[in-house]
Amino acid sequence: MTAPERECDEPTVQLLTPDGLLQPTAAAEEYAPLVAGIKEEVLRQFYRDMTFSRRVDITGANLQRQGQLALWPPSFGQEAAQVGSARAARAQDHLFPSYREHIVGMIRGLDPVRLFALMRGVTLGGWDPRETGNFHLYTLVLASQNLHATGYAMGLQFDGETATGDPDRDAAVIVYYGDGATSQGDANEALVFASSYQCPQVFFVQNNQWAISVPVSRQSRHPLAHRGGGFGMPGVRIDGNDVLASYLVTRRYLDAARAGEGPSLIEAMTYRMGAHTTADDPTKYRTDSEVELWSARDPIVRYKTWLSGRGASAAFFAEVEEEAEDMAADLRRRTQELVAPPRSVIFAHVYQDPHPLMVEQAAWLDAFEHSFEEGSA
Amino acid sequence: MSAHEDAVPTDAMREHNQHNHSTRHHAVPTDATRDTRPSVAETVHGVHTLSLAKAITAGLRAALRADDRVILMGEDIGPLGGVFRVTEGLQAEFGDQRVRDTPLAESGIVGTAIGLAMRGIRSVIEIQFDGFIFPAFDQITTQLSRQTLRHGGSVGMPVVIRLPYGGHIGSIEHHQESPEAYFAHTPGLRIVSPSQPHDAYWMIQEAIACNDPVLFLEPKSRYWSKGPVDFDHPGLPMHNSRVVRAGTDVTVVGHGAMVSTLLAAAEIAATEGTSIEVVDLRSLSPVDYDPLLESVRHTCRLVVAQEAYGHASLGSEIAATVAERAFYSLEAPVLRVSGFDTPYPPAALETQYLPSPDRVLEAVDRVLAF
Repeated sequence: MTAPERECDEPTVQLLTPDGLLQPTAAAEEYAPLVAGIKEEVLRQFYRDMTFSRRVDITGANLQRQGQLALWPPSFGQEAAQVGSARAARAQDHLFPSYREHIVGMIRGLDPVRLFALMRGVTLGGWDPRETGNFHLYTLVLASQNLHATGYAMGLQFDGETATGDPDRDAAVIVYYGDGATSQGDANEALVFASSYQCPQVFFVQNNQWAISVPVSRQSRHPLAHRGGGFGMPGVRIDGNDVLASYLVTRRYLDAARAGEGPSLIEAMTYRMGAHTTADDPTKYRTDSEVELWSARDPIVRYKTWLSGRGASAAFFAEVEEEAEDMAADLRRRTQELVAPPRSVIFAHVYQDPHPLMVEQAAWLDAFEHSFEEGSA
Repeated sequence: MSAHEDAVPTDAMREHNQHNHSTRHHAVPTDATRDTRPSVAETVHGVHTLSLAKAITAGLRAALRADDRVILMGEDIGPLGGVFRVTEGLQAEFGDQRVRDTPLAESGIVGTAIGLAMRGIRSVIEIQFDGFIFPAFDQITTQLSRQTLRHGGSVGMPVVIRLPYGGHIGSIEHHQESPEAYFAHTPGLRIVSPSQPHDAYWMIQEAIACNDPVLFLEPKSRYWSKGPVDFDHPGLPMHNSRVVRAGTDVTVVGHGAMVSTLLAAAEIAATEGTSIEVVDLRSLSPVDYDPLLESVRHTCRLVVAQEAYGHASLGSEIAATVAERAFYSLEAPVLRVSGFDTPYPPAALETQYLPSPDRVLEAVDRVLAF
């Protein structure tokens, strides 16, 4: 297996080592001086976010096992990649997720019960991006959202809402996808369009090493970061388990995008510590030693070590744990209260303008259901 | 006068046409005045004779003028004006931000139009040929058609996909197909197809104003057939079907280029003493059944005609629905005339493959024989 060698050879932006030491790699040189500029409260928030993310994952997996959710796609292990990149986005930016960016949505203001509603099968969407900090809907067909994000970025350009020089107004788009999805045609077409129109967009690839049971070496024989260069945009690999690298590198490229410097691609090297979804069994295709290797690189453990070294107290960590547990308890309770929506939802929004077939079929189903009620009365 | 031109939309238009026939047109881009474009401020009034292609051009121009958040996207639609020249002159008039040549990737075009629509920007996409829509099939069927539902109605999807379709042009593979059934089977889409210039002019504007995705099927073999366009009177909404020739013995229904074939068949039948009523479907999804059912209730016989493959087709759906809803009016089974269940053949064989007036009349004979 040659992949680990290649992985080592590729320049990677890493600020925090797996042991929690601030020892920037050569590729991280330009970012190292920026760490000191991040406010302590922001650094603490990263920890809180990552802790919440993992707690939501555990809650989701448990609820699925209890039959309360149809499915749960965990982000266990990918917390740093997601938190750093999401915290790098400004209020006016738009974030297009795949389907396991739970904490990204929560950072933007999404009530996690909306995620659980989706996974419980009571909605096909669940939120309005205008009310969730421009966090768009989950997309289950891999890389379809890449083109929507690129189109949205084209729209920002069309409306003059980017590259005006006003940092409080200029907007950019970030799209999340995985190593498996990089093989999709749409992932590549989005890179073509974004490059062609010089869209304000960051392509954020979470390379978690596995597309369900297939290793990344089946998707690509060279680092995915190189895909950027192939399409005429910067491509950079980061240690996706280092929240500082994720934050600073994403911030840099989102800033560039807003300033009219075009799109870029970030490959965040991370690991899906859990299963693909609750329907998966990773023991059938990957080794314990590999999982152990990545466990030693855990994003939360290393960050906690570093924060402790900077003076974060045991009380702070305990407080965050308690907040996370309260959040999870509330989430469990509210998830179990989620009930099926009224049947009118089947028809109500298939079209936005009036449609005779929807009216006709909704009326038929109502009459059909009522016929049973009358019969039993 | 061809049978096609007989399908004039309104009586008012006939009168207009007679009065205005010799009047010098405004600079409406008919074939004769192809390079003359109206100024931005000019609004076209009256009735003018246009080809179907140029009626669509005029409709696009009107939509671009009416709403500055309407944009056109496609391959070769800029300086070239599209392979059929339907967007000719529009980039020069509206600029390359509103009339965009895209990278050569159909899924990319539809996928980015979805993102644009999320911002309320109304994209009109040109897919170059019927057989080239399939790279975009996933974005159309799993994304475009479902965004509004997924968003609980908070997001509209005002995207029009213009698709030149159908045969009769003697071209090579993938250039003469009728893929409407794939899309008619997809909830969340609307599908319309004009058969003549007046409808083309108004229906394209209505499609662009619609907040749902519309597949706008353009019968490419009729692109250069001319007819009157009344720029002041829209006529029927795009989702209405219409009787375009009254008759008493048999109803025949079709859409797009097939309407011309049906009118030609009716003309021949009339000389043989058979009175055929012709219905122009116009809207393929949803289907407007009322005029069709009304027609069948007095003719008692129906033939459905289409260029598309017959198996699991739109014609199958119409036949089944009419049988359900007008069973006691029917004197004979509903018959279908379709393309064969094979890929579109080499063009040298297309006259035998495509439903011709004779093929329609053969079905008319059979339906009358019951």
